[in-house]
Amino acid sequence: MNYRSIALTDQTNPLSYTSLQLVCLTLLYLGLSIQFLSIFDLIFLPRQWTLGLSIFLIISGALGYTLSIENRKKTTAQPLYTIQGNIRQKKWSAWLLALFLTTFYVLLYLRPDLLGLGKNNTPNSGLIGLYDGLSYWIKGKPASEWFVYGTMYTLAITCLGIRVIFKFSHNRYQVYRTLSIIFFQLIFAFLLPEILQAFNKPYVDLKNFWPLNYYFFFDWNIDQLLASGQFGFFVLGWGTVGFLVLTPLLTYYFGKRWYCSWVCGCGGLAETAGDEFRHLSDKSKKAWKLEKYLIYSILVIVVLMTLLILTSRFTGYLISISQSLAHWYGLIIGAMFSGIIGVGFYPLFGGRVWCRFGCPMAAYLGLLQKMKSRFRITTNGGQCISCGNCSTYCEMGIDVKSYAQQGKDIVRASCVGCGICSAVCPRGVLKLENINR
Amino acid sequence: MSHHPHIIIIGNGIAGATAALGIRDRSKAQITIISDETDFPYARTALMYVFMGQLALPHTYLYPPDLWKEKNINLLKSRVMGLDREAKTLNLADGRMLHYDQLILATGSKPILPDCSGIDLPGVCSLYHFEDLNKIEGHLSSNVKNAVIIGGGLIGVELAEMLISRGIKVSFLIKESSYWANALPKEESEMISRHLAEKGITILPNEELLAILGEHQTTGVECKSGRILSSDFVGITIGVMPNVSMFSKTGLDINRGIVTNQFLRTNDSQIYAIGDCAELAVPEENRKSIEAVWYTAKKMGEVAAANICGDNRIYEQGVWYNSAKFFELEYQVYGYVPNTIEPPFQSHYHQHANGQKSIRIVYHSDGFVVGILAMGTRLRQHICEDWINQKKPLKEVLAYFATANFDPEFTDATYKNWHSKSPGSSSSRDPSLASFIFSFFRKRP
Ligand SMILES: Cc1cc2nc3c(=O)[nH]c(=O)nc-3n(C[C@H](O)[C@H](O)[C@H](O)COP(=O)(O)OP(=O)(O)OC[C@H]3O[C@@H](n4cnc5c(N)ncnc54)[C@H](O)[C@@H]3O)c2cc1C
Ligand code: SF4
Ligand code: SF4
Repeated sequence: MNYRSIALTDQTNPLSYTSLQLVCLTLLYLGLSIQFLSIFDLIFLPRQWTLGLSIFLIISGALGYTLSIENRKKTTAQPLYTIQGNIRQKKWSAWLLALFLTTFYVLLYLRPDLLGLGKNNTPNSGLIGLYDGLSYWIKGKPASEWFVYGTMYTLAITCLGIRVIFKFSHNRYQVYRTLSIIFFQLIFAFLLPEILQAFNKPYVDLKNFWPLNYYFFFDWNIDQLLASGQFGFFVLGWGTVGFLVLTPLLTYYFGKRWYCSWVCGCGGLAETAGDEFRHLSDKSKKAWKLEKYLIYSILVIVVLMTLLILTSRFTGYLISISQSLAHWYGLIIGAMFSGIIGVGFYPLFGGRVWCRFGCPMAAYLGLLQKMKSRFRITTNGGQCISCGNCSTYCEMGIDVKSYAQQGKDIVRASCVGCGICSAVCPRGVLKLENINR
Repeated sequence: MSHHPHIIIIGNGIAGATAALGIRDRSKAQITIISDETDFPYARTALMYVFMGQLALPHTYLYPPDLWKEKNINLLKSRVMGLDREAKTLNLADGRMLHYDQLILATGSKPILPDCSGIDLPGVCSLYHFEDLNKIEGHLSSNVKNAVIIGGGLIGVELAEMLISRGIKVSFLIKESSYWANALPKEESEMISRHLAEKGITILPNEELLAILGEHQTTGVECKSGRILSSDFVGITIGVMPNVSMFSKTGLDINRGIVTNQFLRTNDSQIYAIGDCAELAVPEENRKSIEAVWYTAKKMGEVAAANICGDNRIYEQGVWYNSAKFFELEYQVYGYVPNTIEPPFQSHYHQHANGQKSIRIVYHSDGFVVGILAMGTRLRQHICEDWINQKKPLKEVLAYFATANFDPEFTDATYKNWHSKSPGSSSSRDPSLASFIFSFFRKRP
């Protein structure tokens, strides 16, 4: 079966492309090339125009392409997902993309200067310089590597989120959930923190609770918040209530999905940009075992680290050990795992690698979900025809089919409630529910 | 060890695979499953998804391949040619003979092929076995533009979806006056027809196949009415029949399928028949003796496993249910819903204003509910079964209907905008995304 494949955005599609689609793809790739070439300062357009042009090309290309693909589906038959194509079958283009993404993350974390970050008051150049204009416009300061990353991240979630919304326009759960992801990314993760900085307030993402936000109780963060008056107290209070009260409460009523599939940015990227890679998650029992070891160990480490840091803050003991633990956690888990492996390896292991194996918040939410929650996926009697769609497209690697075949409900710590198993099931066997008791 | 009896199962479909696992749960018998189709039991129901590239064969395996070794169930890939009941042996296609102590026949169905000229031409295909996918793929490589599918049922529509996904124009040739009218009441049949038309499918009702035309390759079909259609692919989906011909001279009681009693035992006490190939000697009221669906095959596998291990379990057909999907239109049925509803039965039909969702409740004139048919909306199986089993009055079922809704969250389950009379072939569309987002801003009562 020979299908041709272009890239991340396409449902690989044996029907040939219409000319409109080709135009849209060209726009999209032009926009992306501008970003890429700017790394090497190879853009010779007036600087203040370039970023706007590039973003305009990306958005219009992506949107136009999505609309025309989804529109055509109304009068044809196309599978919701496909495992066809070079990139989805983990062939060379998947490796190339993974290499490209990981390189980008390594540069971002370790050598932002190579991306153009100006050191010691030299102005930005390259990719980061490209974003200076937007950054000045929003907060009156030059761009940092994190501003660039945040903008790209938000752009990816928005464009590919809109694609998901159109793709699942027949399924309100998917539509609402994706709108929510885009909203939280755009407002809470991107704009609000930047605007706060413009008002000389500390950078805070109000939806990013401890333990995902592992540095919430770090000395520098507490000091910074305490130094910024009422606002800082509010943030400290909100963050504490967030993980101590809000999280267990919402998880009791709705399951872990309220966070992982509706709010969180890591999950958000996986649900949108990672949508085409769902089938790559490992469904073996071995992977499940590894998942349990890793994720709960990381939760334990975060808890210990936080306790150590608070102890050292109030007693003055154990300062050096707590500081070095914080340093290594930030580097290995915070940067390498969540970014380099978590996103860089999308084309190899699927979109939720971090959520499944690494995220301490997911571990915390998962324990709550497993022990005390109304959420479950109900199986409709004996209706499963064992086709395997649900398991294949569960990005958390849950073998949903093995439950459905036995008519059992699915209550798993790792289930992020994305609802994709239910959406791809051709017999409507699975329903995400908050059971009333 | 060697004292354990050897149980052989012919056929690795859902019936055979379920039986093997059921036996293993109860006994240490030596178990062998023989099949000529795939290395591991897979889901035939997923064939279309494999063809369309949504799944690969391994995704459709019923259980992880390691399971069979773990459970010490031997999978043998071969074809059974004949059976000697005296000697208790099977002849395999590779010349081997195998001894069995007990035998389960789970050979499934095969497509019915019309007896007409041209049926052997390249370009003529049906859809049942995995091999059929390769055949279809082979034919499509010769640049097929038009296809005619003979017979519109559940498998026919899946074949149509497969072909349309490759940009091929599809027409259905059907004997009845509308789509699947031998199984569905008029309104539902029309609803599906409308949906198929939106997908660009032409339905040619009241037509019967006379001959398939062409010399070296299919070029078209000729109908009994004299009508000639040109097409370079012909799909045959006029139904399936039990795949039992290899047992015809063994003295087993065979009608259309292998006849079994309520314990699924054949006239040979050491031989059971389950799944599509089995025919119940005495079916329950309003039920068929052969019900060639997945759920039946699975349930039969469980019951036969219990019986072969000495449990004496009666196979009960229970409340009938089935489900399918016509492109995006879902279908679910529970209990007794015939295509023409005649006294003493009546039906209450409720359809959404968009003409793409409906519910039909069939009830006895004494007031109790006997069957429910849902299109475009999902219902909870155990609630519908309870209503039918407990002969709940129509009034009560209507009053509590929303409790049976199984649609995804946020789908409107209040049955507003539904009308108890069919608006006929209204052309109203599904609410578009724009009006749907707009509905956000409208007040909800
Ligand atoms: C495309 C398609 C879609 C379907 N969708 C649905 C659906 O949505 N819902 C539903 O309820 N039902 C559906 N069905 C019907 C359902 O698949 C069957 O009812 C079910 O598979 C029957 O299972 P079985 O185990 O009895 O037989 P089968 O699945 O037919 O398995 C029999 C096996 O035995 C093998 N075999 C036969 N003879 C021999 C021999 N002599 N030697 C060795 N091996 C042999 C065959 O090759 C085959 O592998 C569908 C069928 C098809 C073809
Ligand atoms: S089980 Fe279903 S809802 Fe849960 S993570 Fe997997 S696909 Fe998503
Ligand atoms: S997708 Fe649905 S029918 Fe298929 S295996 Fe999963 S639950 Fe069963």
